[in-house]
Amino acid sequence: MSPLAPTGRLSTAAALSRLLPYWFTVTRRTWRGSVVSSFLTPVFYVVAMGVLLGGFIDGDPERLDGATSYLAFIVPGLVAAHAMQTAVADTSWPVFSNFKWNKVYDSMVATPITVRQVAIAHLSFVALRVAATCAVFDLVVAAFGVFETWWGPFVALAAQALTGAAFATLMYGFACRIDSDAAFGVVFRIGIFPLFLFSGAFFPVSNLGAVGERLAQLTPLWHGVNLSRMFSIDRIDWSLAALNLGVLLAVLVIGSRWAVSGLEKRLTT
Amino acid sequence: MIRAVGLTKSFGDFEAVKGIDLDVRRGEAFGFLGPNGAGKSSTMRMIAAVSPVSGGELSILGMDPAVDGPAIRGRLGVCPQEDTLDSELNVRDNLVVYARYFGISRSDSRARADELLEFVNLTEKARARVEDLSGGMKRRLTIARSLVSSPELLLLDEPTTGLDPQARHLLWDQLFRLKQQGVTLVITTHYMDEAEQLCDRLVVMDKGVIAAEGSPRDLIGRYSTREVAEVRFAVSGDDNPHQAYAEQLGDLGERVEVLPDRLLVYAEDGDTVLEAVHARGLRPVATLVRRSTLEDVFLRLTGRTLVD
Repeated sequence: MSPLAPTGRLSTAAALSRLLPYWFTVTRRTWRGSVVSSFLTPVFYVVAMGVLLGGFIDGDPERLDGATSYLAFIVPGLVAAHAMQTAVADTSWPVFSNFKWNKVYDSMVATPITVRQVAIAHLSFVALRVAATCAVFDLVVAAFGVFETWWGPFVALAAQALTGAAFATLMYGFACRIDSDAAFGVVFRIGIFPLFLFSGAFFPVSNLGAVGERLAQLTPLWHGVNLSRMFSIDRIDWSLAALNLGVLLAVLVIGSRWAVSGLEKRLTT
Repeated sequence: MIRAVGLTKSFGDFEAVKGIDLDVRRGEAFGFLGPNGAGKSSTMRMIAAVSPVSGGELSILGMDPAVDGPAIRGRLGVCPQEDTLDSELNVRDNLVVYARYFGISRSDSRARADELLEFVNLTEKARARVEDLSGGMKRRLTIARSLVSSPELLLLDEPTTGLDPQARHLLWDQLFRLKQQGVTLVITTHYMDEAEQLCDRLVVMDKGVIAAEGSPRDLIGRYSTREVAEVRFAVSGDDNPHQAYAEQLGDLGERVEVLPDRLLVYAEDGDTVLEAVHARGLRPVATLVRRSTLEDVFLRLTGRTLVD
């Protein structure tokens, strides 16, 4: 950058410090509406499935990927799956709306902020929100005695947040490339919902048969669920953990590029 | 402030702006007058450094938008055609968060927001939700927002479209005050009265090209007569009888324009024209003599009216 051409381009950190106040302000004005979906719903799941349904299931570590109770098995998976759901909910209609209906993004890029920075700031905020939701969730379920070590839940939380962030980038990029929001309905029904059910949150994927198990293990959610669970129940296979982490990071990097290029195509006309 | 040479903008095969030259000077109010689809908004988006230039040269505040976009945008205020306010936030928050985008500190952003609410008469609505504002109030809030960074150059795309007359006059007054403070204004409009009221200099744009350039008074002097006599005859059936009347009245003025519902006779003295019309035994159902406006300039240049 020559001193004669003051491009005024901000560093990503500077742009974040300018854009995050917007997201925090929106949250401060609208958080009440999201409390039910982001917090109460998972608690209902834990009570209904982990505690009550789990009461009918033998706590056999051999059949529960090493967990000593169904509750201990399902909780880390549920939190990871919940991270995915929160992330895709926050990056579907909200993103679409920001360039299609209320045009908040248009107002942002009329300032020194660039399109890329707008996308990164929104994704960072979603990641923060997912992490906060999962942290509260983990804190509540800790009272049920599901964590084996004091430090495991912190690593599990990082895995859950990473899972959410990875899915956020994918849905963000998708939202930027569709012309009608009806496409979200299709993705939620044939993509997100089956992932939620069959990626190992509710039962060990070995129950899906050899082919089903392989398929499940190809999904990013399974990697997030597995990572979250290994550290929650303290049955860690470090090489598998490295693989899980690698897959999630790869999705995050590729997804981020996809999200940024999607928004650039959308707003730069 | 703004200099363009042969500036073009294409969307696929469609060329929205077909090579225009511009030179906007510091402190003036410059207008783009033209109907919808003339290429005004495409030009504005390029000047706002949010839409890449397809061809030609464009320099804003001495900088190239392709290279110095963020620096240019940091010194501009933009009031877009469609309101892009955040309906989830209240009136004041809309200004505060926007000021933060320009790197203004939290406390300064709040002070600036209060100052601007005062300027656009919205102090009492500071805590109101944007959704609950009237169209005119939203527009004023959008203008206030475009001023948070104390811009040297303010771009206003159709600032008063959809507003009632009272709201328009209030806005014009505020824009006039900004101009007095030395802010350079660039305005697009398809209202000729707005262009006449606000602009020191303007270009008439049509189908992506500039048809004429000058001050409102210049343009009227150059392309129209002092007065216009409007003559309306009774219409029966599908035929437009005005075409036939136009031939009978052709010699009464410098020029006659035929509109679907009336004739416009351009002359130095409109009353003389009307007397002559009556003297020829014609009985129009309505007549009017008025001064020429930019609307007449546009009609002369393009053969069409501004607002279809």
